[in-house]
Amino acid sequence: MFAYYFQLGLRSLRRNPALTALMVMAIGFGVAASMITYSVFRAVSGNPIPEKSAQLFTPQIDSWGPQQNLKGEPPEALNYVDAMALMHAHQAKRQTLLYPIQLSVLPSGSRSLPVAANGYAVYADFFPMFEVPLRYGNGWSASDDGSHAAVVVLSDGLNQRLFAGADSVGRTVTLTGHDYRVVGVTRHWNPHPRFFDQFSTSGFDDASDFYIPFTRALDLKVHTAGRNSCRGQLTFTTWGGWLRSNCVWASPWVELDSAADAARYRQFLQNYAADQQHAGRFAWAPNVRLRNVMQWLDYEHVVPPESRISLLVSLGFFVICLVNTIGLLLAKFLRRAGEIGVRRALGASRREIYTQYLIEAATVGLAGGVLGLLLTAMGISGVGLLFQPQIARLAHLDLSLVGLTLLVAILATMVAAFYPAWRAAKVQPAWQLKSN
Amino acid sequence: MSTQIQPILVALRRHKAGALLIALQIALTLAIVCNALFIIHQRLAHMSELSGVDEAKVFVVHNQWAGNLSEQQIDAQVQADLVALRQVPSVHDAAPANGYPLQGSGWDNFITMTPDQVKPTTDAAVYLGDEHLIDTLGTRLIAGRNFRADEVGMLGNQQIIIPPVVIVTKTLADRLFPDGSAIGKSFYAMGTTPSTIVGIVDRLHRQGTSKYDKPYAGQALIWPQRLDVSRGLYYLVRARAGQIVAAMREAPKALYAQSRMRIIDPKDGIQDYATIRHKVYDSDRGMAILMGIVSVVLLAITGAGIVGLTSFWVGQRRRQIGVRRALGATRGDILAYFLTENLLIGLGGVALGAVLAIVINLWMMMRFEMARMSLTYVAVGVVVLLLLGQGAVLAPARRASRVSPVEATRSV
Repeated sequence: MFAYYFQLGLRSLRRNPALTALMVMAIGFGVAASMITYSVFRAVSGNPIPEKSAQLFTPQIDSWGPQQNLKGEPPEALNYVDAMALMHAHQAKRQTLLYPIQLSVLPSGSRSLPVAANGYAVYADFFPMFEVPLRYGNGWSASDDGSHAAVVVLSDGLNQRLFAGADSVGRTVTLTGHDYRVVGVTRHWNPHPRFFDQFSTSGFDDASDFYIPFTRALDLKVHTAGRNSCRGQLTFTTWGGWLRSNCVWASPWVELDSAADAARYRQFLQNYAADQQHAGRFAWAPNVRLRNVMQWLDYEHVVPPESRISLLVSLGFFVICLVNTIGLLLAKFLRRAGEIGVRRALGASRREIYTQYLIEAATVGLAGGVLGLLLTAMGISGVGLLFQPQIARLAHLDLSLVGLTLLVAILATMVAAFYPAWRAAKVQPAWQLKSN
Repeated sequence: MSTQIQPILVALRRHKAGALLIALQIALTLAIVCNALFIIHQRLAHMSELSGVDEAKVFVVHNQWAGNLSEQQIDAQVQADLVALRQVPSVHDAAPANGYPLQGSGWDNFITMTPDQVKPTTDAAVYLGDEHLIDTLGTRLIAGRNFRADEVGMLGNQQIIIPPVVIVTKTLADRLFPDGSAIGKSFYAMGTTPSTIVGIVDRLHRQGTSKYDKPYAGQALIWPQRLDVSRGLYYLVRARAGQIVAAMREAPKALYAQSRMRIIDPKDGIQDYATIRHKVYDSDRGMAILMGIVSVVLLAITGAGIVGLTSFWVGQRRRQIGVRRALGATRGDILAYFLTENLLIGLGGVALGAVLAIVINLWMMMRFEMARMSLTYVAVGVVVLLLLGQGAVLAPARRASRVSPVEATRSV
């Protein structure tokens, strides 16, 4: 029966080509607009580390006080004093501080000019905490942190540029005039959004080139390549003075396995801030936060408002297309009231009429879905016009989006057909037969 | 006309569903198109903000240092670089800087009027440069004087040194000293010593264009300092009239001739203001384009939907139309009937749509910190949709008016 109704549906599509084309276009445009904007939204709002996002937390401590903090919220990163205090207390299973740095790679071989390399100064726990995939070697050890070792983990990209992709573990690279021993090479790793550095990046930057020990970077007085946010009067003129200032620049992360551990850590932060108050360093009550990955991304508004607004507008657009389709289906179905009357008189039940017209609508939906798919593919290739390049390049058409496009088109059209099909099923056979 | 409204309403009651669907579609379209137009207008306004820079002539070189240089070495190199840049024939002037208007984000300091004030008075974008900066940018000194060469100092790594003199934008001067007496007055910008205003420039956009920068729009200060940090700096260069292409080609050559221990990214190390503008406003431009496409397609689909449904009604009512024609109704009467019917449905739709448009705007104000939409948008939207409805109904209505009275005698 289904196959027959489907055939009837196809035939009926051909009967009113203008009306059909109108419906197919409405569904196609509606579903394509929604899918294009959804593909971008999906890319920016995703969970960058799904297995562990509930176990990774970023601690915040209010070192600025109620008059200078962020409308009651503590600063989004730590100053040197607080950052070091957290590291020394070692209250979490794993913990790291990090800040973005930029170093230069001097000419060698065929390159005649130096190039810039962007990376992070991190602690040894960074690699297991964030599950950084390694192609060769490993991260460094906690004792390397302690000894301020001159070691480096290269990204696959920089390893490709420097060593043509070979296993470079044990070799030496020179960054801004200092030598580092390669201990590991990552596979391609660039979580979107870059949850661990929301302080300095928009979250969608190019992949990092390297990682060196935080302790080593401080020894070499490597300045942050990211944000440095300060309050009050600034008087420092030296590296040491800057470290002691209230400027925040280091992003802290801790790994806590259970809710109990998180509660314990929160209490530790609270106690730390209270101690600072008693010591006279803070002239205000403790004000601390401990947000996990998704809470942090939400607080940092990582999804650009443009992405949300365009998704909502597109969904509104789709709804209007569906309202349009309801009207057109109603016209199309009721135009065939005579035909329905004959079928009913010949013994078709209301349910059969209803099914037939729903399936006919589904064929419209399918055609709309196919058109929508074409438009979506075109739209995604041109999405660079509509969104920032670093976000636009994340949008892509994959199998799940293809499936979703067709499914949404068919289901939405069938929902739109509920009322028109019901009206069609209600046609009185006697009335129709009489007038003929 | 007025006598026709009553029978039309009666007839509409027999097409409740169709009439409601058209009204609903008009309402939703109005609500979305009004808000989309409002967003477009806002984004275009944002994109047309003036930078204060002579954009046709100015370009920016992002110069990073390679290797380990001391601050003294860097300062000597910066001075040599500037001499070399200013000697390029196609270059009018050049200056060192820590950032530039419309960069996207950058350095800003809070401003206080006294050293012990905790709550800041306001905020200013901070530009560092030498006595050539104002001439290079092409902004106009409207009061006071420029920096003297001997006032320009060095600023090294992790240093905060507050210079005793400062040049501010007119917007900042007016914000701090509304009575127009800014020259000679001083303020504090996160330091323990004050800076005295020696000059006022006409206009200079902040580096940022974000929501954070909005309340401080146009507020910027210039300190006489050369940035000698190991990270690098920006060289702002103003080309001679019509020679920007040559200047952008020659400037890096002149710099590399000075020293090769520097990094000027081949991809975006040198940018003219057209590129800078394009980049900093890309999300605004994208939003405006998307909203434009949505509005146009939406109006087209709504128009086509009205054509489709009205055509169906006309088809359904050919016999009644024939009867009316046979009873003496003119073609004009039939045409007027369908136009009036559409107008009534449209009026219902736009009434609901206007309310919906305002509700959506209020919700967006709450959720996305948008501004309040002027009612002009709603008014324009109402007119556009009513005209669209009338336009869409015209073809089917004319077909209806051509129905011959003979049809009354035929069965459908």
